[in-house]
Amino acid sequence: MLVRFFNALGRPLIRFVQYLGEVVVLGADTFRSLFTHRLRWKLFLNQMVEIGLLSQLVVVITGGFTGAVFSAQTYFQFHKIGMGSAVGAVVSVALMRELGPVLTALMVTGRVGAAMSAEIGTMKVTEQIDALRALAVYPTDYLVVPRALAMMVSMPLLVAECIAVGIGVGYLVAIFLLEVNGTYYMANMVRWTRNRDIIMGLSKAFCFGILIVFISCHKGLTAREGAVGVGRATTEAVVNASLAVLISNFFLTMTLNIIYPAGYQ
Amino acid sequence: MSAQDSRNGSMIAVQGLIKRIGQQEILRGVDLEVARGETLAIIGRSGGGKSVLLKHLIGLMKPDAGEIWIEGQNIIGMSERNLASIRQKVGILFQGAALFDSMTVAENIAFPLREAGERDPKVLRKKVSEMLEVMELSGEEEKMPVNLSGGMKKRVGLARSIIRQPSCILYDEPTSGLDPVVSDSINRLIRRLQRRFGVTSIIVTHDMKNAFDVADQIAYLHQGRIHFHGTPDQLRQSADKLLQDFLLGRSEEQLTPKGFGVES
Repeated sequence: MLVRFFNALGRPLIRFVQYLGEVVVLGADTFRSLFTHRLRWKLFLNQMVEIGLLSQLVVVITGGFTGAVFSAQTYFQFHKIGMGSAVGAVVSVALMRELGPVLTALMVTGRVGAAMSAEIGTMKVTEQIDALRALAVYPTDYLVVPRALAMMVSMPLLVAECIAVGIGVGYLVAIFLLEVNGTYYMANMVRWTRNRDIIMGLSKAFCFGILIVFISCHKGLTAREGAVGVGRATTEAVVNASLAVLISNFFLTMTLNIIYPAGYQ
Repeated sequence: MSAQDSRNGSMIAVQGLIKRIGQQEILRGVDLEVARGETLAIIGRSGGGKSVLLKHLIGLMKPDAGEIWIEGQNIIGMSERNLASIRQKVGILFQGAALFDSMTVAENIAFPLREAGERDPKVLRKKVSEMLEVMELSGEEEKMPVNLSGGMKKRVGLARSIIRQPSCILYDEPTSGLDPVVSDSINRLIRRLQRRFGVTSIIVTHDMKNAFDVADQIAYLHQGRIHFHGTPDQLRQSADKLLQDFLLGRSEEQLTPKGFGVES
């Protein structure tokens, strides 16, 4: 009875630890390869287009509507106590520290992470990865390094874009729909927003990018036979990467807050 | 000649190869030797571990026990990166050709050269069209793999694996799923490569015509071991019941499903 209980508890635990280990090993291997082997520029630029350029619309819409709705909701509350002009500060700090990085990461997971695991997974099940290896090409160099590097470059830019659009749209909503005084709005926003808020947002973006790319590539590389295998790998990649973003976000907030404390000081 | 000498002399030597996948023991101690320039066909029943054996020879799978020498070099325990030097010498044609589906035919064939550092588009184009000519595929450069028939895919895959002129080529079921005419053209190609480049070939197949057409030596893999290894003539004349059943395509009693009341 007790043995069975511990077995039931232990097996998923061991599998989970093993899974984490595999992702970390893939990450370590990628970084080693990044510094010791020649980069395939063409593949890297392809991935920059895929991850960076083609995610624009998604990121702009995410940022814009989040900024709009956040601005409105904050105004509805703040207006009651005569603090309508403080909305800008709340919107900008919230977007920079939490909403921008997390929402962008979730959208990129859905758009880019899914595509990565599906593409690599399909290559795996059709023996294309074995073919790479047989042609003396190390799959990590060829498949993971360009994606990881493109992700590390793109994510901070995408997050910055999301935040900027969010702040802009939030401003428009507050000024034109809710009739907040624009000058006070801007003055408060600039006064309460610090460089450290920007740095925190971009640091998070970088970390989320790394999480998404390694979780997605790992799922692709370990996909099992057949269309079902690729489908499962893709779903698991999206779910795991999204959860990893949300969970790590809390710990990143707590850690980064020591270095870049929130609030007016 | 000592064991070590024969390993150095032969292109490929395998000793005591054991591989388990899950609970199942696929290879149970395979011993095999292939001389330089020789063509060996490995035959056996479907699911008998032939493809698994082939993938071990180029380090795509790691055995649980046993040793593999390629040109006198033991590849067991070599890291993935170090295996690259072995893989320059040994090409493989996959069962499904495994073409890169994001690239055109020409890009697929040029891929190994480009990875080896060849950048000059003129050189690449020339070598690719030479290869396509050998494969009787001239003019198909710009097609995507999805638009090719099975036989064309195999020929493109073959072109890709031999463009760097390996000294040994492994074929995984080169004629499976092809009609007899295309199969025959593949057999002809294999023989032409033998003659023209003097390569060592290992062909995994269950197509007996394919085996008899191209092989100098035939090995029969049965239940994870080499049951027979000899020339095609020796195989034809063998009185072994297992071999005769395989050659004539007779099924054994043990194939009858359990629970049909045949077995006690």
